[in-house]
Parts: sequence; structure tokens; C-alpha cells
Amino acid sequence: MQPAAVVGTGQTHHTTKRLDVSMAGLCREAIDRAMADAGVDWPDIDAVVIGKAPDLFEGVMMPELFLADALGATGKPLLRVHTAGSVGGTTGNVAASLVQSGVHQRVLAVAFEKQSESNAMWALSVPTPFTMPVHAGAGGYFAPHVRSYIRRSGAPEHVGAMVAVKDRRNGALNPYAHLRQPDITLESVRASAMLWDPIRYDETCPSSDGACAVVISATPTSGTPAWIHATAMRTEPTTFAGRDQVNPQAGRDAAAALWRQAGITDPLSEVDVAEIYVPFSWFEPMWLENLGFTEAGQGWKLTEAGETEIGGRLPINPSGGVLSSNPIGASGMLRFAEAAMQVMGRAGDHQVDGARVALGHAYGGGSQFFAMWVVGSEQP
Amino acid sequence: MTTPLSAPLNIGFDYTRSLGPTLSHFMTGLRRRQVTGVRGSDGRVHVPPLEYDPVTAEPLTEHVDVASTGVVRSWSWAAEPLDGQPLDRPFAWALIQLDGADTSLLHAVDAPHDQMRTGVRVRARWREERVGAITDIECFEISDGPGAEPVEADEVSMVITPVNLKYTHSASPVESTFLRGLMEGRLLGQRCPKCHKVYMPPRPACPTDGVPTSEEVELPDHGTVTTFCIVNVPFLGQRIKPPYVAAYVLLDGADIPFQHLILECAADEVRMGMRVEAVWKPREEWGPSMQNIDHFRPSGEPDAPFDSYSQHL
Repeated sequence: MQPAAVVGTGQTHHTTKRLDVSMAGLCREAIDRAMADAGVDWPDIDAVVIGKAPDLFEGVMMPELFLADALGATGKPLLRVHTAGSVGGTTGNVAASLVQSGVHQRVLAVAFEKQSESNAMWALSVPTPFTMPVHAGAGGYFAPHVRSYIRRSGAPEHVGAMVAVKDRRNGALNPYAHLRQPDITLESVRASAMLWDPIRYDETCPSSDGACAVVISATPTSGTPAWIHATAMRTEPTTFAGRDQVNPQAGRDAAAALWRQAGITDPLSEVDVAEIYVPFSWFEPMWLENLGFTEAGQGWKLTEAGETEIGGRLPINPSGGVLSSNPIGASGMLRFAEAAMQVMGRAGDHQVDGARVALGHAYGGGSQFFAMWVVGSEQP
Repeated sequence: MTTPLSAPLNIGFDYTRSLGPTLSHFMTGLRRRQVTGVRGSDGRVHVPPLEYDPVTAEPLTEHVDVASTGVVRSWSWAAEPLDGQPLDRPFAWALIQLDGADTSLLHAVDAPHDQMRTGVRVRARWREERVGAITDIECFEISDGPGAEPVEADEVSMVITPVNLKYTHSASPVESTFLRGLMEGRLLGQRCPKCHKVYMPPRPACPTDGVPTSEEVELPDHGTVTTFCIVNVPFLGQRIKPPYVAAYVLLDGADIPFQHLILECAADEVRMGMRVEAVWKPREEWGPSMQNIDHFRPSGEPDAPFDSYSQHL
């Protein structure tokens, strides 16, 4: 397998409404920053991979069709990837595989979302005939499973609020974050409105416009690259009898494959920082368990002990994560890019000291698509 | 095998598009009765404008006014216009190269079939009320005359693009049998011949084993709440007024829960493991739908032990 590394990352300043740009312009902000970060120009790019959120979210079915010029894809292979909320991560993995396979030397991957053009809650709650219309967007889908986690693990109720406080304070260190709330407290989170009980307003991701791009290369360009040590993707159906919605098999399988490929036997000791897809705060302890950082039922203890803060044993989402910025189509790639920025030493005020190995993680659909990568400062 | 049931599924949304500088200039121009293009790195004038150069991928910023008159470069006859098309009588779709442009614009030409030909000169027929959209040009018409003079208009930075999708949603044959059962007040699940799990509603095939389910299992209309959330948030398109409890109900004898509504107790009294029973709508309101069950209510039985439903979370 040919080596592959992230040599440049770029993102937009995520916000509720970017009314001054088109989708093309939004993507280009991230792309231009990633290419400048990598020190490459259009002739250096062999292929382009694009990902975006489900079509109803912004009413665009074939972004690859009208964005080809903006993505610099004229005369080059252009692929579109589609795995719901995990798409940004999957897009990164597909781009990585194009380099690792030796098909291309340098690939541009970009993912975006312009939530302001539509209404994701509406798009996720289409009333299918013959069914009971109790659906209430992503929060309505995940809240019962969060309740199951709390019941099964016996986690104290304040753990969800602790994650929200940590991620929003981390977001305040990230100039690109949508929500930057340095003064948020456990009390203010717990006092915020209960939207989908047991999920509160402050424990919920925002709705953002934004884009992210990475340049993946077989050889370093400028600066320290983030070498891709492992990638993994797994899928499972939305529903089947006996499905574990709290700790899905596909996520466990993907993580096991990822650690094996990266040569990691004790993730908690060997990973320095992780960017995990946490759109609702309780998913931090849930995914800590699903990813194998702790035994099932123990993830919340790591969070409660403060070990997932910057400076803790395993900092999670020093960028502020999905809880601070959620351009859905781009959110997965932001996790992947932020992981790369950490091992490149380019994470600015939210840099984790001495980060050499980092995890980027994304999930999508009804916890049924999982994509993840491990990046490191050393060439494997 | 019964005939599958189907029902209309119509969804629509008015998407709001922010145009960015290049397309704003174009849309504002249309509102002014002025067509504008943009000059590419190779000197060509692109109409409609491109935001990024197809050769160099660089942003294009040199706006160029072109005429609203031009030449048909190719065309196709639309003998039977569809709803939403520019004209309600037969017309031509045409690629029109406007005077001053190097590329062609797709639009409608209102002309008799026998007068349409490649090379014919046309001019824009502008709407009286213009909003900043390509439909500000109602269509083109065959003419050698000059185009209309531009006027003043406010800047356009956003457009609304309504999307309306009309589907016929069909249930699978197995689901149709289930739905017809509901019309008789019966809950008909199916058991997988391999793993023996009972699916309610039934599936054409067991998702785990991939084999068709064949054994019908009639289930009672009571069961256990496995987990739930209380929906407090209102949103566009919502069918039930919040707050409401959306719960996963595992019917006795079923191996998979389905989502339904819990009423007749305070939302904060709903518990994991709570025993519930169906409250059916009056029979005259029944149709092929899970909505024949209006809601579930507490049955008053003791809560089910966690171990009895923990594998269904």
C-alpha cells in the first residue's frame, strides 16, 4: 500500500447563515485554505472527492454536477460520496484509499453543508404513509437511545451537561467554531430547555453553514504531514430484532479493524487526542465505549473524571466538536481534519501538547454508518 | 398474495439560495432587463456566468454585459408542455448564443414549429414583474429587432427555489397484509423461519438472515415501553402538538419494538419497562394505518423487569 498523508486542511468560519456566498463559494473558502496550507496548486491535484448531507437537507441532488468548476475538477476524476451524517469522514477515507491504492498521488477531498437553505428537522421527519407520525428529527431519533445508555450504564445525569460545557469551552478556543461560549457552566446547561427529554438545548449541536477540505498526498508537500495510519468503515441496517442502538456492532467492528490496522493494542494509552462525532453530548461516553477506549458502561467515568478535557488523559474534541459547529455534510470531515491538525501541530489555541497519534471519527444515519481514521506525526 | 397498498406522499420545501457575488450580479441584471456574463481566462464570455473558470478553476470576476438578442444554435421541440414549463403551448427548448456571448443559454422560444430553425435570430420577451430569476425572461421570440432597454432595480442576493416531490408510496405485499389486518383491529406480525424472531410490523425478509418470513403471528395489543423520549420541540411539518411521548413499544411476543405515542398519563410518569395497552380509534375512523391505534396508555400492570427488554434497546 502506498503511504498517504494529510498535507493540508482548510475550513470555513462556521455560522448559522452564510448568505454572502453560494455553495460553490463556501466550498472554495475551505478548499483555498486547504491548498494554501498544503502549499499546492490546481495542477498538483489528480482527483477530487466530494461529500454532502442527504439531498432533502438542502434540496441539491447532484452537487458534483454543478460544482465541478468550483472544485477544480475539470478534466479530472470527480467522485461523490453519500453516507448521511458520516459522509465527511467517509469522503476522507475514500480520498485516502485513492492515494493508498496508488491510483493517484494527490487528492482533494471536500465536504459541505448549507443548512440555512433548508430545514434539516423537516427533512428528517417526512411523514411516511401508514406509519405513526411521532418522528421528531435527529434529536427525536437519538434521545430514546441516550435514555437507554443512561439506564444501562447507570451514568449520573450531569455527565451529559459536562460534555456540553467542555465542548463549548473548547469551541471558544477555535476561531472557526460556530458556537464560542467560554462562560458556559454546568448550571447554565442544566437550566437550558429540555428539547427531546433527556436531551437539553445546550446538549444539542447547532445548525451551521460550513465546509471543510483536506489535501491527501503520497509524499509530504510543505510542513509536517499527518500520516494516515489506518482507515475503517462499517455499516449496519437501521433496524433489526436485537439491534444494539446504544453500542452498535458496526461501530465496534470498525474500531476493532481500525486499531488492528494502526497497530494499536491499548487505544486509551496510545491515542493522544480524538475528534469524535458527538452531535448530542451523551454520545461522548457512548462512543468512548463503542470505540473501545473503555469497557461497555464505563465511558462516562472517563468524562466525569475530566480525562476528556484538554490536558486530560484523552482529550476529546478540543476543536469544540459537532456540539460547537454542525455543518452536517462537513462535520465528519471536520473531525478528520481536526485530528490531522493536532498531529501536524497546527491546531492553534486548541492544540493538545505533544499530540502524535489522533483519531478522527464520524457516524451517520440511525447510528448505522461509521467512518474513522488514525493519523500520526510519524510515517508508519 | 394481496395487492400492495399505496398512498400519495407529497413533500415540498421552498429552498432559499444565497447567490454569492457572481450569480447575484447575473440575477440582479435579469431584474434590470440586462443579461450579463463573465469573461473567462481564455477570453470567452460565459452566459450564464460561471463562478469559477473551467480552465484554471480561479474565481471569475470580470462581468460583461451582453445583448438580450441572439442566435439559436440548436433546439428541440416540446410538443406537449408539462406543468411548470415556461409556456403552456407547444414551444422549442433552444440553446441561444446571445450577441456578445461565446457560450449558449438554454431557454424557451415561443414560435410556430415551422419557423424554428438553427440560425434563426431571437430576442428576449421580458416579464413586467421581475424578481431576479431566469424566468424574468418569459421566453425568447423570433425577431430581428433590438432588445429591450435596461431599467433600474434593487440588488438580488437570494433566490427561492421551491421543490415539490409527488410520490406514490407503496407498501410491500407483507406490509400490505399487516395494514389490512389493522383495518380489522388485528396486529399481524411475521416470524423468521431461521432465527424465529417475530417482526412487527413484518418485513418481506428477515434483515438478519435474508430469508422471506412466512409464518404469520397474531400479536396482542399490549406490551412494554423499552425506551422513549419526550418531544418538547415544535418544528415545521410536525403532526402531533408537543409535548408528547414518542416511545418504543415492544408488543408481548414480538422481537422488535416500534415507535408510538403514549398518552393518559403525565409525560414524566412514563418509564422504561412501563406496561402499556393500545387505545384504538373508533372503528369508523380506521384505515390501513398504524394510526388506527390512537395511542398507548399505561395498563396498570407492574413494570416489566429490565432484563425482559434490555436486549431490545
